Amino acid sequence: MSIKKLLIANRGEIAVRIIRAARELGIPTVQVYSKADAESLAVRLADESVEIGPAQASKSYLKQEAILDAARSTGADAIHPGYGFLAENAEFAAAVESAGLIFVGPTAHSIRLMGDKVAARAEAAAAGVPTVPGSNGRLDGVDAAFALVEQTGFPVMIKAAAGGGGRGIRIARSADEFARLMPQAQAEAQAAFGDGGLYVEKLIEGARHIEVQVLGDGHDVIHCFERECSLQRRRQKVWEEAPSPSLTPAVREKLCASAVALAKAVHYRGAGTLEYLYDDRSGDFYFLEMNTRIQVEHPVTEMVTGIDLVREMIRIACGERLRIRQEDVRLSGHAIEVRINAEDPAKGFAPNPGTVTALGSPGGNGVRFDSMLYPGYTIPPFYDSLLGKLIVHDEDRPSAIRRLARALGELTIDGVLTTKPLHQALARDADVQAARFHTAWLEPWLDTNAARLSPVSAPPATGGQ
Amino acid sequence: MAIQQIFSPLPGVFYRKPAPDQPVYKNDGDTVTENDTIGLIEVMKSFNEVKAGAAGKIVRFLIENEDAVMAGQPIAEIEV
Repeated sequence: MSIKKLLIANRGEIAVRIIRAARELGIPTVQVYSKADAESLAVRLADESVEIGPAQASKSYLKQEAILDAARSTGADAIHPGYGFLAENAEFAAAVESAGLIFVGPTAHSIRLMGDKVAARAEAAAAGVPTVPGSNGRLDGVDAAFALVEQTGFPVMIKAAAGGGGRGIRIARSADEFARLMPQAQAEAQAAFGDGGLYVEKLIEGARHIEVQVLGDGHDVIHCFERECSLQRRRQKVWEEAPSPSLTPAVREKLCASAVALAKAVHYRGAGTLEYLYDDRSGDFYFLEMNTRIQVEHPVTEMVTGIDLVREMIRIACGERLRIRQEDVRLSGHAIEVRINAEDPAKGFAPNPGTVTALGSPGGNGVRFDSMLYPGYTIPPFYDSLLGKLIVHDEDRPSAIRRLARALGELTIDGVLTTKPLHQALARDADVQAARFHTAWLEPWLDTNAARLSPVSAPPATGGQ
Repeated sequence: MAIQQIFSPLPGVFYRKPAPDQPVYKNDGDTVTENDTIGLIEVMKSFNEVKAGAAGKIVRFLIENEDAVMAGQPIAEIEV
């Protein structure tokens, strides 16, 4: 089985990334687009393009029927969903397959299973993968709650079962506080969501976010080591690197083996990522969730392993078995990715769509710029603010940070404000240089440093030949 | 009595309701004060309130809920 024509059901930099991988495999591409994306780089690069609706994603990139129609009308026999939009929509994956097309990703069953938090925790436990200690789903009454926290210890988070996005979370640091907060949380959840159901999870303070990249073919699974993405703002990753600067070789081996065990247990097919919290004081890691798609930050893994993940996922979708053996996946050097967003970091990250009047892309050894920009491009306001990703690779972490600073100095995007000054400041920061950070590190840092994040020109180059 | 227009301060998607399951902020004919919110503009997934900007009576909305708008495009007419 091979793919004759690949339709890309996404936009922006990831659409460009997928078109490039397909072209290298000799597969023609169809780019679907909304009215607002007619001038996008992906549309320009693809072999064919089909308009599927108005600007709003709900009427275009999320319209399953319009995408399937575009596949039928162009003769595309496979669909790559990218990330976001329909990438983790089990119903869409099933609809693609029942239309007789290939979904470049896992089965609808895998998406559904790993998308259900309670089911995914149960799978992890069965595969011997540690999860954050807590209730498996909602708590059955106050007695059960007290019995549970006796096992987990404090501090714990009390979460509303019907909540989400951080709403209705309380932190209890002692049994007394827990006894006081439980009824409050229950009443509030009842009032806010009409559902007083609660669950409790141990709070891992100062934890780092570490994730393991896996590739599976439905039979076998390999890992491509980990990424650390602890620098986050509002749960959005800002700076990602591989390998993690905080893992010992022994923990790395255990962590990656646990990811493979879990992905094997669910017969995973395609590229996937298992996210963990890591407590670098105790050396304990806890499985959080699995993302059943390619991720924004996949390039850092590609840089340190030399594996083209997007190309591999297309090959797997063609029914090929994994071509790479675990013992052939080796780490080389260090890679860092920073997200270049159309946001003004000096003004609370206010979105900043507009027209790119001039563009200077960084280059040189070990530098990669995956973006959706070209000079004269008008960035539409309807989608997320990610313009591109600057990725650097070098022999070790200190060299990679210096290379990042050098490459950021070469990057110019005139006409819109971007997060470039944030990354320049982070690259100069002593804590970042020493990798002394965790998932709650960046936000207080921004409170102190936001004023320094206005665009500045790079310092003049010094030194000799 | 004069008719003024309320312009969109940003490009994006216009919403007349604070959430899909809630009523619209304002109806045609409603009286508003300067600081009343008449809608939201979603720009790059962040939501920004649109204020009436003047006290008066909303004559009519010129665009529909969830319409795409450009910065400076008229959203509603208001009698001041």
